[in-house]
Amino acid sequence: MLMRIGKSPILRSISGIYIWFFRAIPALLLLMIFWFSIPEVFPLFRQHWYSPFIAAMLGFSVLEAAYMSEILRASLMGVDEGQMLAGRALGMKPVQVMRKVTLPQLIRIAIPPTANEYIGMIKYTSLATVISLQELLTTAGNGVNKTFRYSEYYAAAAIYYLVMVSILMYFQSRLERKFAWISVSGAASKKVKK
Amino acid sequence: MNLVEVTNVHKHYGQNHILKGVNLEVKVGEVKAILGPSGSGKSTLLRLIALLEPIDQGTIRVDGRMLAKRLEGDRLSHSEKELAVMRRGIGMVFQKFNLFPHLSAIENVALALTTVQGTSRQEALDISAEMLKSVGLSERMKFFPSELSGGQQQRVAIARALVLKPQLMLFDEPTSALDPELVREVLNVIEKLASDGMTMLIVTHEVGFARKIADEVVMFDEGEIVESGTPENIFTHAKHERTRKFLEHVL
Repeated sequence: MLMRIGKSPILRSISGIYIWFFRAIPALLLLMIFWFSIPEVFPLFRQHWYSPFIAAMLGFSVLEAAYMSEILRASLMGVDEGQMLAGRALGMKPVQVMRKVTLPQLIRIAIPPTANEYIGMIKYTSLATVISLQELLTTAGNGVNKTFRYSEYYAAAAIYYLVMVSILMYFQSRLERKFAWISVSGAASKKVKK
Repeated sequence: MNLVEVTNVHKHYGQNHILKGVNLEVKVGEVKAILGPSGSGKSTLLRLIALLEPIDQGTIRVDGRMLAKRLEGDRLSHSEKELAVMRRGIGMVFQKFNLFPHLSAIENVALALTTVQGTSRQEALDISAEMLKSVGLSERMKFFPSELSGGQQQRVAIARALVLKPQLMLFDEPTSALDPELVREVLNVIEKLASDGMTMLIVTHEVGFARKIADEVVMFDEGEIVESGTPENIFTHAKHERTRKFLEHVL
């Protein structure tokens, strides 16, 4: 993300190409590339530590990095220009302005889209079945194949998804409250710390 | 002694020639008010003096130090890091306050003390509390900007600039974004600063305020200084047609 907004045109175009590429490729195809093609090209990935789980993790990571970088870029644009101006006028150095002024405001803007992205990610994992990873939905499907009890297994799967997303949403709302920037909650949270 | 010397300063934004050779001097302890229609380049001049933007031509000296940031080909004469150091000693107050929304009033004031001056946190908070008290906000120190009125926010912003003990204060239309009933409390703070001998350059539309507080009034129009003189001279015997026209509008 920093490369994308930075001054160096070379770094900017490298990150531009990265984002362009990984946003364009479907997650399904990306997983297949990571599991089937990469070990073919790079011998390093042919050893036995390279499991479907690791492949899925790498695939989703590079994908998510591209999306997150766009979220952060948009959030940065959402921070009022006057904020940086005020920080600079106080004699703060660029790094200080970034850390003390821009970043906290950027994070607040980025929380909802980031939570969305993570929730989407949980559901993406069902794609990992194509590289023989036993994720949640595949496990449920296997259960169905053995017993033909569709509704029970699918309901169970739905509940698992609900629980995972609920946990994420809980953390999201806690985080959002922390970034509410009002004195009441500020005072309350300080008391809790003590 | 001149604290600020602006000599033949030019500034362009793309095709627009915003400042067309501005000359201006501010003596130590002097209060200068800059008046003029919107878009005439007043705010730009303040930003240049505050080193927030590079100038295209000319020089700006503050306290004898050459501060002008000039383009040499495509390169700037100073890095942003060097400029940050050079900005110390100059306080700036913005039209829209630009308080940091994620920090309480007292933390807004203390931030530059801890980050720029390396003051310890406790000491910074003590100094900031004192500063907020002097602008009449001792009751509001723990409040966040979103919980303060415009007038209170602007007073925090003034305290935030003052806490670094600047030699020069720049005010960019400090009351233009305020509801009419909140203007007075901010002007009072600025007037008190003036009586304490602070050197100030104030861009304002408050003619009555300028008349009361300014040692000299500068009329700005279309990127140049039309005329300058004592408030008395400018407001009652303006020499230029452009000044008279502007004053008719605002009075």
